Amino acid sequence: MAKEKMSVTERHYLTLDKIIERHGDKPGGLIRVLAKAQELFGYLSRDVQIHVAEKMCLPVGHVNGVATFYSQFITSPRGKYTVSVCLGTACYVKNGQDVYNRFRELLGVDENGTTEDRMFTLRSTRCIGACSLAPLIAINDHVHGHLTVDDVAGLLGKYQELEAEEEAADIGAEPVRAAGHQAEVSPPN
Amino acid sequence: MVQSLSELQDIKQRFLPQINERLQSGVLAPPTQILVCTSTACVASGGDTLYKTLRKEVKAQGLDVRVVRTGCFGFCGLGPVVVVHPGAVLYCKVRDEHAPYIIRKHVVEHKIVQELLYENVSGGGERISFMYDLPFFEKQHRIVLENSGLIDPEDINEYIARDGYMALADVLARWTPAQVVDAVERSGLRGRGGAGFTTGKKWSFAAAEDSPQKYVICNGDEGDPGAFMDRSLLEGNPHAVLEGMAIAGYAIGAGEGYIYVRAEYPLAVKRIELAIRQARRLGLLGENILGSDFDFEVDIALGAGAFVCGEETALLRSAMGFRGEPRVRPPFPAQKGLYDKPTIINNVETLANVPTIIRHGPEWFAAMGTENSKGTKIFSLAGQIINTGLIEVPMGISLKSVIYDIGGGPPPGRKVKAVQTGGPSGGAVPADLLDVPIDFESLQRLGTIMGSGGLIVLDNTDCMVDIAKFYMKFAADESCGACTPCRAGVVQLVGILEKITDGEGTMEDLKMLEELAYDVKDASLCGLGQTAANPVLSTLEYFHDEYLVHVRDHRCPAGVCQKLLGALAGNTYGIDNLH
Ligand SMILES: Cc1cc2nc3c(=O)[nH]c(=O)nc-3n(C[C@H](O)[C@H](O)[C@H](O)COP(=O)(O)O)c2cc1C
Ligand code: FES
Repeated sequence: MAKEKMSVTERHYLTLDKIIERHGDKPGGLIRVLAKAQELFGYLSRDVQIHVAEKMCLPVGHVNGVATFYSQFITSPRGKYTVSVCLGTACYVKNGQDVYNRFRELLGVDENGTTEDRMFTLRSTRCIGACSLAPLIAINDHVHGHLTVDDVAGLLGKYQELEAEEEAADIGAEPVRAAGHQAEVSPPN
Repeated sequence: MVQSLSELQDIKQRFLPQINERLQSGVLAPPTQILVCTSTACVASGGDTLYKTLRKEVKAQGLDVRVVRTGCFGFCGLGPVVVVHPGAVLYCKVRDEHAPYIIRKHVVEHKIVQELLYENVSGGGERISFMYDLPFFEKQHRIVLENSGLIDPEDINEYIARDGYMALADVLARWTPAQVVDAVERSGLRGRGGAGFTTGKKWSFAAAEDSPQKYVICNGDEGDPGAFMDRSLLEGNPHAVLEGMAIAGYAIGAGEGYIYVRAEYPLAVKRIELAIRQARRLGLLGENILGSDFDFEVDIALGAGAFVCGEETALLRSAMGFRGEPRVRPPFPAQKGLYDKPTIINNVETLANVPTIIRHGPEWFAAMGTENSKGTKIFSLAGQIINTGLIEVPMGISLKSVIYDIGGGPPPGRKVKAVQTGGPSGGAVPADLLDVPIDFESLQRLGTIMGSGGLIVLDNTDCMVDIAKFYMKFAADESCGACTPCRAGVVQLVGILEKITDGEGTMEDLKMLEELAYDVKDASLCGLGQTAANPVLSTLEYFHDEYLVHVRDHRCPAGVCQKLLGALAGNTYGIDNLH
């Protein structure tokens, strides 16, 4: 089995299965599994939810109920960069809402919306625990603190530039799909 | 594997010198250690790369200096924070490009880098060299936070050097479970998660249950948006929480514990995982801990962004992998908790207090604080205040002292209007009542709660009606929908508040707002609904005038409510003229 030919998606499923094996039968295992699945796939698609349900011997409805209850989970695809604007109290009183509105205006999308080029998804979040940097946002995992409304355009510009550079240096498509589940995967994290 | 107290002592002795060096202040000896804060806030402002750059620089120059990552110093607004030992010279807002400069000037030439020292803005602008001289620390009493910013949270040996796991070792060697429960009860420790229930009493209920299977759950959900005490503790001193849980397990007869922590706190999750692994490797968790016949395992249960999951019955459901919906109590978790087994649920800070209480004795703990609120409390300061960050103060200190002496007051030219305590379940304490001592009962008398420790300072640029609306929208979003008063009532409250902030409110609406708020409070199923209307009730009580101006004059004195901004044009006076 040519393990180097396994598709990214297949590798993700294998990693996910390991997580299910490790945490599946523990209390709260499902939430941990879903969190990992989201980290791997970017969002919890119907297919992923069904896969998790089957592997954990749970009704799909139960998995879906949990996936939709918690605000941390998303069930539709996101753009390459998720802009999370904190609207916790500390950020709110430091004009976080204005910052959010500015992103909405510049990206032309509403809450949980994704730009047409699939670059940015906008969402508001609760406190991420770095309130002393209020108002703050995170673009994927990268936090930007003490942001003003005037900073927003420049920040987005930087990410767009980054993207343009990456595109210029882009290399080839996804590897060919290959069968075979015995292939080795590196342990998660 | 550590088998006894004396082996633990051996580890302590080995690592003590490097810790002791960090406790001296004001001596200017050649630097041997550089501490870098790597908590969430400092990492977000670049602490992580700074740590790496400093290490690289030290290595490149072949210097005999240790670069150590630590938990939160509390000075989060001025991060990334770097402290050079011996001497405890504190540098603020250190950026990557400062690293070579600090190395050259301070480490090689033994000169303090003046430009990066803390500038005491509210005290005349002088620069302060030594950490322990900062006014920020002067009125604090750091017990739970004693190791935060002092030790490397990713190194169990440094925790042991600070007498870590000694309380557990002592308890396992010499105490009966009943003695532990009794000591915790006599200390007067009350839950730090909000409700303030006596911890020893809660433990005694669970201990009294006859069941082979019991659980200890650490509530690290920290649902208050705008608070970060528990995150900092878990990131900066994770072993104290683990030790507290193990002692709790021994006391009630539980063999398993879970830390319920939010997925939004990835660093905390990582540090706990690491701490659990290290503790297991030394035999401080797992089977036959410290050579005794006590077994205790700890694992993580992830939360995923639902405020209601901080409520204990909802947390239990969530921890079992379900939607986090609360249920009616009784039965209380101490009788029927996780998998219907007796379970104690305690807040992160509550548990982190336990090892210290055991080490120093309940009397020592009970000597701090007030008649009914013992010990200290951690608060996170945010909002319109100069020193945002994390502090720990003895119970009974006035809110005013916290805001002005420690927090440095509001930004220049502003005036404190109110302080919100208790987050979405709490209320606003108006500026003229800030003399209130911080204890459970005094805050309750003012219509708010201690809560888990989030303090949000509001000033003349904040509109109290808007703040009430903010919290009601939060509650509407977070209501799990299980009961009607909360689900529908809160939405109606939002509607009325929107009318008012849009300038379309009537006097009838004001009356309705109050009545409805009481209805939601009285008829809701769980604590979320029962407390959700508190921000409305407390602002109605203390800032009634501000509501009136919105309704009668269609004005927002703070200039926040967008739809009323036109009306503000002719208004040159601020909120002060209202009173
Ligand atoms: C809506 C709601 C949210 C809560 N959120 C938290 C929380 O985030 N952290 C916490 O420790 N307790 C929270 N509590 C309190 C818990 O139900 C419980 O009282 C507490 O964890 C018990 O621990 P303690 O006795 O150590 O305070 C919340 C309660 C309610 C009603
Ligand atoms: S409120 Fe935004 S990080 Fe805490």
